[in-house]
Amino acid sequence: MTKQVKQIDRVVIRFAGDSGDGMQLTGDRFTSETATFGNDLSTLPNFPAEIRAPAGTLPGVSSFQLHFADHDILTPGDAPTVLVAMNPAALKANIRDLPRGAEIIVNTDEFSKRAMAKVGYATNPLEDGSLDAYNIHAVPLTTLTVDSLAEFDISKKDAERAKNMFALGLLSWLYHRPTESTIAFLKKKFAKLPVIAEANVAAFKAGWNFGETTEGFAVSYEIAPAKLPSGTYRNITGNLALSYGLVAAGQRAQLPVYLGSYPITPASDILHELSKHKNFDVRTFQAEDEIAGIGAALGASFGGALGVTTTSGPGVALKSEAIGLAVSLELPLLIVDVQRGGPSTGLPTKTEQSDLLQAMFGRNGEAPVPIVAPRTAGDCFDAAIEAARIALKYRTPVFLLSDGYLANGSEPWRIPAVDDLPDLRVEFATEPNHELEDGSKVFWPYKRDEETLARPWAVPGTAGLEHRIGGIEKADGTGAINYEPANHDFMVRIRQAKVDGIAKDIEPLEVDDPTGDAKVLVVGWGSTYGPIAAGVRRVRGQGGKVAQAHFRHLNPFPANTAEVLKKYDKVIVPEMNLGQLALLLRGKYLVDAIAYNQVRGLPFKAEELAGVIQEVIESV
Amino acid sequence: MSEATASANGAAGPGAGFPSLTLVPKTDAKQSMKDFKSDQEVRWCPGCGDYAILAAVQGFLPELGLRKENIVFISGIGCSSRFPYYMNTFGMHSIHGRAPAIATGLASSRQDLSVWVVTGDGDALSIGGNHLIHALRRNVNLKILLFNNRIYGLTKGQYSPTSETGKVTKSTPLGSLDHPFNPVSLAIGAEATFVARTIDSDRKHLTSVLREAAAHPGTALVEIYQNCNIFNDGAFDQLKDPDTRDDVTIRLEHGQPIKFGKDLQFGVVRGAAGSLDVAEVAQVGEDALVVHDAHAENPELAFALSRLGDLTSNYHTPIGVFRNVERPVYDTLMADQLAADTTARGTGDLASLIAGNDTWTIA
Ligand SMILES: Cc1ncc(C[n+]2csc(CCOP(=O)(O)OP(=O)(O)O)c2C)c(N)n1
Ligand code: SF4
Ligand SMILES: [Mg+2]
Repeated sequence: MTKQVKQIDRVVIRFAGDSGDGMQLTGDRFTSETATFGNDLSTLPNFPAEIRAPAGTLPGVSSFQLHFADHDILTPGDAPTVLVAMNPAALKANIRDLPRGAEIIVNTDEFSKRAMAKVGYATNPLEDGSLDAYNIHAVPLTTLTVDSLAEFDISKKDAERAKNMFALGLLSWLYHRPTESTIAFLKKKFAKLPVIAEANVAAFKAGWNFGETTEGFAVSYEIAPAKLPSGTYRNITGNLALSYGLVAAGQRAQLPVYLGSYPITPASDILHELSKHKNFDVRTFQAEDEIAGIGAALGASFGGALGVTTTSGPGVALKSEAIGLAVSLELPLLIVDVQRGGPSTGLPTKTEQSDLLQAMFGRNGEAPVPIVAPRTAGDCFDAAIEAARIALKYRTPVFLLSDGYLANGSEPWRIPAVDDLPDLRVEFATEPNHELEDGSKVFWPYKRDEETLARPWAVPGTAGLEHRIGGIEKADGTGAINYEPANHDFMVRIRQAKVDGIAKDIEPLEVDDPTGDAKVLVVGWGSTYGPIAAGVRRVRGQGGKVAQAHFRHLNPFPANTAEVLKKYDKVIVPEMNLGQLALLLRGKYLVDAIAYNQVRGLPFKAEELAGVIQEVIESV
Repeated sequence: MSEATASANGAAGPGAGFPSLTLVPKTDAKQSMKDFKSDQEVRWCPGCGDYAILAAVQGFLPELGLRKENIVFISGIGCSSRFPYYMNTFGMHSIHGRAPAIATGLASSRQDLSVWVVTGDGDALSIGGNHLIHALRRNVNLKILLFNNRIYGLTKGQYSPTSETGKVTKSTPLGSLDHPFNPVSLAIGAEATFVARTIDSDRKHLTSVLREAAAHPGTALVEIYQNCNIFNDGAFDQLKDPDTRDDVTIRLEHGQPIKFGKDLQFGVVRGAAGSLDVAEVAQVGEDALVVHDAHAENPELAFALSRLGDLTSNYHTPIGVFRNVERPVYDTLMADQLAADTTARGTGDLASLIAGNDTWTIA
């Protein structure tokens, strides 16, 4: 049977099933095939906090959304046009996100009366006409998988488990994906269980062949590779890019990296990843709690390493006192906060941007800490290097604010040439830096560099530079304990001045305003970059004029921020919190920023933001 | 232990016999106590036990023969934690309770340093209890000096986790309700490899314990009974008063039958259900006495000894080294893992790491 092949420019697919159905793995594999094929892509994994929520229930549904295209794209897509639903719960949990006319591939084997009743389907939605607006492909995925594995000497349960690979094979056929990488992957993953490896490969191929032979799928689709800037690419998640950025920072600084960390979702993967790279002189220390994690990192920094601690919001709360100590000690330290929904335990596996003010102000006393935020998964690499640059150069703790969406989402990433990465080498102090009136030479740990206001980094083991540091207020210069009013006032101001001065050393806020006469500016920070840019594109596509600017540095803000904000009649600030950046901009620049906020644990939709922007444009 | 190792090393002079410090650079310069005094004015209350401990430490350090710049003191918060400011070495006065964590990061990334932690009973056992027990079980190469004055000195006299039940303080006008920790028992329970107790005013004993602690590869916890003459004066008087001290203090010596008293008339014998009792030697005979074995793998004897002293009356308080056993040291293990991985896979190549195995090229 020859089948029709249609050329399309983009598609959004969502794989959904039980937490135990392997949907994240399926999504990852499809993503990898798609990346290898050369499409631009963006992904959105979405899974429950429970490792195995009760099977077949709505809270137990795990999904993975993937948007890929023949052109550059910015988001994982507002709404899936294809849903793969492995059971009734997956169908029910996702159906309301689908536009009419969407394709739904369902595993009919799981549509027993009991399973449907569990999620409140009184009648079978595949038969009662409630899904008439959609294009249903009813496929007995489990039976087909088990049948295709009849000759394998494996249990029925193991055979059934391979149904996700059958589904992957079918989708791979449907979108003409290359299959070699998945086959190689399965062989490697199950290297210790060759029968299981072979069975999974067989199920994957059976799914492909099923697509080719069944009449249920009359059309398959081709999406040409995207014309991205030239270079060598790979697919990368935010957490992996961030981990590599930390390794790269250590290499470029020629310093050992010391990570002190306590496991917490969604940051743990960075600890896992860095623990694999000991041959890069990277030490990882799984501490007894978050406080010990940052404490150990700070101790290592004192000893001349690039100290790093990784965590999420609740962990930052525990680290606050130690961050204040780092401000006072003026030692380099990176604090990576992969933000998640809060307060308290909140939504451990969902994204949010609600730690900005915690990073900015969450300490006692005047304790300014520079803040850097990546905008995309791949950008986590550069942002980590930039945060390290600031920490090392200015001898200060620095916040790197990622979030759950960046952490787990992925995109094609143009692999940078190592030689093009910034040179982060620092000089340790090796000799006295001050001459007393009597002509003798001494070391003053708080005598600052005139340009950066950074103090010298004199590591233990350096003869003649023995000194004591600590959280008690230090005398300017000598670093001796000092409680004098004027000295404290001076030290508070100079620590602030040091951080403020970084504004001179970062790129200005860039504005994308193609016509140059937009009256409305949209500003964001962090992971909202993609949805905002996609929303802006839509508005412009319909003839609207709007400018966009995105902050990478949130403390200090770029030097030209005031100038940029003043140029526009209206400034919209979309954030996945209740208006934290908006508050800072209003406070600092007296701008009447319009906050647009959402805290659903999911990224913004481009459509939604386009509507917001349009409305403001019309009001001007 | 220090003696045995010294002769095994075959080395003499400063620095010999300190297997925990083999990677720390030695000095040829002759050091004296003066070299370890910083230019900062010492600001403890006159008469505070901390002075004696500071002098003992400064007096002892030259024995190690280490380059001064390779010694680091890290403390938490409390009167005792001001200690690093008075030492002419590298030092950090950190935050309340967290010194063991900070020191762990330093020691596990710099094996060429001799890292000391100075902490108080509130700092180590209240706010910092978690870090203390984890440092002990990991066996990081740290020497922890716990100044126990059974009171919060710096905050002006509230009861602490080592204060006796019923203690009347500013925060407990009708007497404290909580049962105290016995730091030695706690440390042994936390899998410590070296646990000792000594007294601020007994310079000779204090120095001998410091010597053994310094030699120990791994975490050494030294509880130092310290008098706070302002808020808890006389807390350890029975152990200091010439009239009583010999009859209440049990001096532990490895390999020796445990005897004490002015005329060594008392001894320690096995009691019921694993406990130890004090008896008159004349009554039970020399052979019945327990022989101290600090090197015993099984912590049972060390623990039973730690339970002997009465924390309120100070009667039958053992001092000296309770436990001193060898176990792999965390920092060494960490360094070995790094080295082994680097040998096995070669020094990491950044370009190939970030490229991974799955790339495509766009012309
Ligand atoms: C986070 C924090 N909580 C409370 C304090 C107040 N504080 C300072 S020292 C101290 C207790 C010190 O007692 P201890 O450790 O026994 O030291 P000492 O002063 O007796 O030597 C307290 C509660 C603090 N500095 N930081
Ligand atoms: S308050 Fe007590 S412990 Fe603190 S310095 Fe004074 S005497 Fe020493
Ligand atoms: Mg105390």
